[in-house]
Amino acid sequence: MKIKNFNLGLGGFLSNNPKLGNFLPQAVTLFAIIFIIGFFTFNAQTNMDTRGIDFGFGFLKQESSFDIQFSLIDYDGSYSYARAYLVGLLNTLLVSIIGIFFATVLGVVVGISRLSSNYLISKLAEIYVEIFRNIPLLLQIFFWYFAALRALPLPKEAISFFDVSFLTIKGFFVPKLVWTNFSVLFYSLVAAIVSIVFIYIYGKRKQEATGQRIPVFLISVGLLLILPLVVSFLGRVGLDFEIPSLVQHSETIFNFKGGINIIPELMALALALSLYTATFIAECVRAGIMGVTKGQKEAAASIGLTPGQILRLVVMPQALRIIIPPTTNQYLNLTKNSSLAAAIAYPDLVLVFAGTAMMQTGRAIEIVSITMLTYLSLSIAISIFMNWYNKKIAIKEK
Amino acid sequence: MLRTLKRLVYLLTSIALLVSFETGAFAAKKSKTLKKTQKMGYVRCGVSQGLPGFSNADAAGNWTGVDVDVCRAVAAATLGDSGKVKFYPLSAKERFTALTSGEIDVLSRNTTWTLSRDADIGLTFVGVNFYDGQGFMVRKNSGITSTSQFKSGISACTNIGTTTELNMRDFFNSKGIKYEPVAFEKADEVVAAYDAGRCDTYTTDKSGLAAQRTKLSNPDDHIVLPETISKEPLGPVVRQGDSVWEDIVRWSLNVMIEAEEYGITSANADSMKSSENPAIKRLVGAEGELGAAFGLDNDWSLRIIKQVGNYGESYKRNIADTGILPDRGPNQLWTKGGILYVPPAR
Repeated sequence: MKIKNFNLGLGGFLSNNPKLGNFLPQAVTLFAIIFIIGFFTFNAQTNMDTRGIDFGFGFLKQESSFDIQFSLIDYDGSYSYARAYLVGLLNTLLVSIIGIFFATVLGVVVGISRLSSNYLISKLAEIYVEIFRNIPLLLQIFFWYFAALRALPLPKEAISFFDVSFLTIKGFFVPKLVWTNFSVLFYSLVAAIVSIVFIYIYGKRKQEATGQRIPVFLISVGLLLILPLVVSFLGRVGLDFEIPSLVQHSETIFNFKGGINIIPELMALALALSLYTATFIAECVRAGIMGVTKGQKEAAASIGLTPGQILRLVVMPQALRIIIPPTTNQYLNLTKNSSLAAAIAYPDLVLVFAGTAMMQTGRAIEIVSITMLTYLSLSIAISIFMNWYNKKIAIKEK
Repeated sequence: MLRTLKRLVYLLTSIALLVSFETGAFAAKKSKTLKKTQKMGYVRCGVSQGLPGFSNADAAGNWTGVDVDVCRAVAAATLGDSGKVKFYPLSAKERFTALTSGEIDVLSRNTTWTLSRDADIGLTFVGVNFYDGQGFMVRKNSGITSTSQFKSGISACTNIGTTTELNMRDFFNSKGIKYEPVAFEKADEVVAAYDAGRCDTYTTDKSGLAAQRTKLSNPDDHIVLPETISKEPLGPVVRQGDSVWEDIVRWSLNVMIEAEEYGITSANADSMKSSENPAIKRLVGAEGELGAAFGLDNDWSLRIIKQVGNYGESYKRNIADTGILPDRGPNQLWTKGGILYVPPAR
């Protein structure tokens, strides 16, 4: 009864007050949102109170007392939960960056290959895309981890690469670089890069002024190689390799010691993420190149540009405008998909923090919110960067 | 305008009050969980995703195991039928959230009773239905026969979200051994990775090792090392805040153990009604008013014994006869050299 009266009264009231008619729906919406959030907070609070669960972030400072298999920073169980969070976050970033790099390289190559006039190459690229984008990612991760892993040998029969790197079921053991006087080399590299930037700007100005092109690329490569080499020689920069060596633990248990171990969980995850996402990027690239009209290439050829120059100076800059926005989505997907790591024991943010840490502390609400916020921030950061890049290469209308 | 806003506020407040009374957390005097369970007609029970002997589903979806039997006992006591249980298979990571959020009402999933779990996260442990300890499994051909032969560089597979991860660190640290922990979310994945040779050893509760060993491609190629590195009292858990429900689950378990102590089995329970011993008569409901304390009838304990059996029967059926752990070890009655000792039902 009440509701009916309310509606009738409001209807007549609003038609007489157009200003209020604009304002009221917005006020009601805002009120409803505040009410809903308030209700859920209140509900969670009372339920937690009756069950004797308290809320707070103090646990982050407590000692975590669990170890993590693989970490980019110093960590063991005597560090805090906050540190464990950081370890998980860095591992997520690591696999995402590796995945984005290989997915981009592979995606561009496959995308261009699909447009190749060579039947075999374009068909192979097509088959790859169709197979890998149509199998669920989790299955691919399981395949690379469990099926491919089983095929790898135990450390004793490791697949050896020139006796310095060893591929085994326990990981890929590669030599560790041990530098002496590394800072000298580092500064020479910085110097080389800075001078390359100046040469690039100078070359561009000169071409605009006189039309003459100087071989910027060749000079850059030369600088990047020769300058650090000469400086290293003069500054006594030394490089040693710590080569992994086989150690026997018991009659049949062997393992490698020393060097760097790229754990199989990381390899399987990075491989699966790259192969899966590359198919989508390949389609973006193909669409981008096909989106550049034929007339552009013909016009470029008619003014005497070489095929390489046509691709680099005419086709790609225009194609990129079409490629970048959908590719951004793929980067975001890859980063978020990396949370499937939990299935194969890669210690990413979800496994370490929303898994072990949540179990050991029981702080479900706090930890899930932190994890969600982290992924949200990561995605937004990638979006902001890609949008900035997209704006940079977009047509600048005057 | 003021009148309209007043009406609006009035309406929203009444909705708010209505909703909060519906879902709100105003605990009833009697067990709210019991009322809800009897209304639904089944007990919501959280179990493992497949641990032979404790909670495991066969091809037809029938759950068996000593953990499962605790839930069946609760169903027999509260609903009169041990079959009225709905099982929720949970990973180690999901189990506590499922319980505290109210998705399940009993968690009977080989869960270790620790101080922080009992006191800190809104849970209450009601007892111990299996005394366990953490151990290690290795390949027989490794030549390792004792944990003292472990050396730095060893890789150990285990589950996340368990006390295992913490004990493992304590153990290896105290021995000064550097190890590689490989922690999976699901037990089946741990078994698969260990089986493939990813890890040199697999560590979890010894009962778990014995049970999971049966899932390996060649169980006879693996041995469980004799050392036990921790205390793992496993038992059923309930949510904090409903002490009557807590008592129902606690005493459902205790009745099973006490029935074994007095030699009451599913077969002879009815005839025990004419026993001379008042303790036995109380257990089979022929004397006293034990059920009334929980808001149950007086045959609640008789139904548990008749439908589920006593603890010894449950152990024999699920763990001994299946070849997982034929020797009861500490899980023997205190009168027979074990540590199973429950307060008297009187």
